[in-house]
Amino acid sequence: MAQDIALTVNGGRVSVTVDTVTPLLDVLRNRLDLKGSRYGCGLEQCGSCMVLLDGEPIYACSREIGTVAGRSVTTIEGLGTAAQPHPLQQAFLDEQAGQCGYCLSGILMSAKALLDHNPAPTRADIVAALDRHLCRCGAHPRILRAVEKAAAVLREGKGA
Amino acid sequence: MSDTLPLSIQTNRRLEKWLRFNSDRTVRLAVGKVELGQGNVTALAQIAADELDVNLDRIAVLAGDTQDAPDEGQTTGSQSIEVSGRSVRLVSAELRARVLDRLAQRLNCSPLELSVEDGVIRRGDASTGHDYWNFATAEDFARDIEGTATPKSHTDYRVVGKPVPRRDLPAKVSGAAFIHDMVRPDMLHARILRQPCRGANLASLNEAALRRAERGDFRIVRVGDFLAFVGSDETVMQRAAAAAPLHAKWDNVRQITPDQQDAAWLVGQDSNDRVLGSDLPAAETKNVVVASYSRPYVAHASMAPSCALAEYRDGHLSVWSHTQGVYPLRAALANVLGIAPDMITVRHAHGAGCYGHNGADDVAVDAAVIAIQIPENCIRVQWRREEEFGFEPLGPAMHVTLRAALDDAGKPVDWTADVWSPTHVQRPSTGGNLLTHEALPTPPPDPRPTDPPESNGGGGTRNAFPLYDFAATRVLHHLILRPPVRTSALRGLGALTNVFAIECFIDELAERAGLDPVAYRLSILSDARARRLIENVAERCNWSARGPAGTGRGVGLGWARYKNKAAYAAVAVEVEVDQEVRLRRVWCAADAGLVINPDGARNQLDGGIIQAASMALKEQMRMEGDGITSLDWESYPILRFSEVPEIDTEIIHAPDLPTLGMGECTFGPTAAAIGNAVAHALGARIKDMPLTRERIEAVLLK
Repeated sequence: MAQDIALTVNGGRVSVTVDTVTPLLDVLRNRLDLKGSRYGCGLEQCGSCMVLLDGEPIYACSREIGTVAGRSVTTIEGLGTAAQPHPLQQAFLDEQAGQCGYCLSGILMSAKALLDHNPAPTRADIVAALDRHLCRCGAHPRILRAVEKAAAVLREGKGA
Repeated sequence: MSDTLPLSIQTNRRLEKWLRFNSDRTVRLAVGKVELGQGNVTALAQIAADELDVNLDRIAVLAGDTQDAPDEGQTTGSQSIEVSGRSVRLVSAELRARVLDRLAQRLNCSPLELSVEDGVIRRGDASTGHDYWNFATAEDFARDIEGTATPKSHTDYRVVGKPVPRRDLPAKVSGAAFIHDMVRPDMLHARILRQPCRGANLASLNEAALRRAERGDFRIVRVGDFLAFVGSDETVMQRAAAAAPLHAKWDNVRQITPDQQDAAWLVGQDSNDRVLGSDLPAAETKNVVVASYSRPYVAHASMAPSCALAEYRDGHLSVWSHTQGVYPLRAALANVLGIAPDMITVRHAHGAGCYGHNGADDVAVDAAVIAIQIPENCIRVQWRREEEFGFEPLGPAMHVTLRAALDDAGKPVDWTADVWSPTHVQRPSTGGNLLTHEALPTPPPDPRPTDPPESNGGGGTRNAFPLYDFAATRVLHHLILRPPVRTSALRGLGALTNVFAIECFIDELAERAGLDPVAYRLSILSDARARRLIENVAERCNWSARGPAGTGRGVGLGWARYKNKAAYAAVAVEVEVDQEVRLRRVWCAADAGLVINPDGARNQLDGGIIQAASMALKEQMRMEGDGITSLDWESYPILRFSEVPEIDTEIIHAPDLPTLGMGECTFGPTAAAIGNAVAHALGARIKDMPLTRERIEAVLLK
């Protein structure tokens, strides 16, 4: 059944009239024109669609929109832009941490949640946080380095 | 002169097809190679910037466009920099020379007195008042490319050889960046009910039941046994297509038996056979050793399901695709649809990494067939995950038996590789069919299996000849005629299995001879570049202290020169093995001659190591009954963050030597090094990939 559903996306209030079982990912991509969250499998197996729901990473591909009414969603577009990247995005560019890049927006969201909770993660913490993400190109070592670098940059920024 | 020109120039002699000076003081560089996530387009821009003497940020690249970019065939085989890079270098040097020659005539001076600084032309220390943008005219572009201008010496490069950031990454870490994200006017979404196999007929579709079960509006487009759900709401199309197979009945579906999914099944099947190399019969000595190695069917397993957009307006078909080759796709579309090629435009748009021939071209035909039925709308088709796994062409299974006749010192004097494999390249241009074509009312003839010629590196025979100093070598190639599934190009083609086989066998022969595997290799190898890499890697991994076999910890090494003519790579791997293989560290050394972008190169080398490790340890496509049964990431696991090792890669710089394609060169050596490291750890050898827990148990029980 189509219903009016209100939620917060990247800090702004939005309302959509949509079937409540529609995946959050489809609403983000096709109703709100936020194309940075990507469809990979629709099965919660690859992490390409990862977004933050009230600060926690969730798979947007299978999350029904009806269950997120009134809550706050953050997508890659809420992190930063190509012109003004978030320190995490900047670290990924500095490390050239990616090849095809399809997996990166989801990985960045899990990394964001990790650093929000744990500003000084160990390599093992980062691996654990990213282990539900798949990358087929083999950019893993660069991605891990980029998250470490971003963590250091963010810590310095807070210390200053 | 022209016979020495790169193929890319031979088929695109018009200068303006490649280069143009834009009014905004940029340079338009158009190339036929496309960005597949490897940074090749950034590297091509670096080459043009240096030859033209303009800053890199002035080079605007158009890559893959049948309207406006040259035809450079497919983006495959690690050829972008070797072939397209050489072309861009020659074309840029020629344009620079033409402009300077003309200005020199006008100034009545020698062209040698003129120089260019970010596009501004100087005479000695003084500006001439001229630059590319105000001085270049149609006259400079009038003649066909001659290829006579002398490119710069590598000592004069400013951006070639420097680690330049990729141009496409900022978008990919911040928002819309892929073909999947494109929105066109009047766009409709579509999903496909796939014909289970060639020759299958759709006996019935219970449309009423499907419409009752799946809420929302969709239109059904049916052409022969091709059927698509089309409408404005992507969610509805996805649901309808996911449910459709339950409501569809197909006749004439082929059945796959479980034994067909294994490489061993290939041996003895109907095949086209040929003998390459020595035509003498295999030699007999006192010591003849034989061993067999294999890889199963594997998937490209792109992170994104394939996607395409097509629109048919005023009799012209426009297609956007993440294809590896816009011109070959245009030719295939023309053939399938019966439309003249000049009434079709194909433009490249970025997709997820494909690593070869995946569903990219098939989905483009899907979109085009629907667009012809629904003109004036843009049709966007995206495959479902299970469709990508279930219908993309697979990397073929391979079975390789090696035979070495040894001399008294335990070194081969005669070597035979017996290779059984389905085709490694099955594109429409090489005897293959695109999926949807087979579902149309007039399907194409049966696929005609061929493999790339040896001059292109071969397919199943890729890297089958060892580069050691053996007196006689031969390859018996059996091209399997009727494999159970469609197969086509996957990174490295036959190199993964052939290098795995050769380098594992060499370790076995060293052990028989009672020699250290590195010392044994060096005693039968005179190629100086290869020796240097092996010595480099052996030293960095502390090879001499690797310890005895059978301790559960192992170190192994492998090397190859990709296609026996492209880049060299040596890889050493440290593993720990108990129930499963854990990769600890990897050391790599590579020699690709002049490297255009060292950071991009390193990314490719390391990525190849991880992907090859994933295949060697984990990957096998399962199939049974009416098709593929590995349809998601749980049934087709790949290497994860927690399983990826530390990698230490060193590029041996050789800027005075020609650039060698390196995107695939670590693939075979990595699989081989893992095979050898696991054998060292276990004190027993697993010869069939993937090296799974079951195979470890089996070899230890022997």
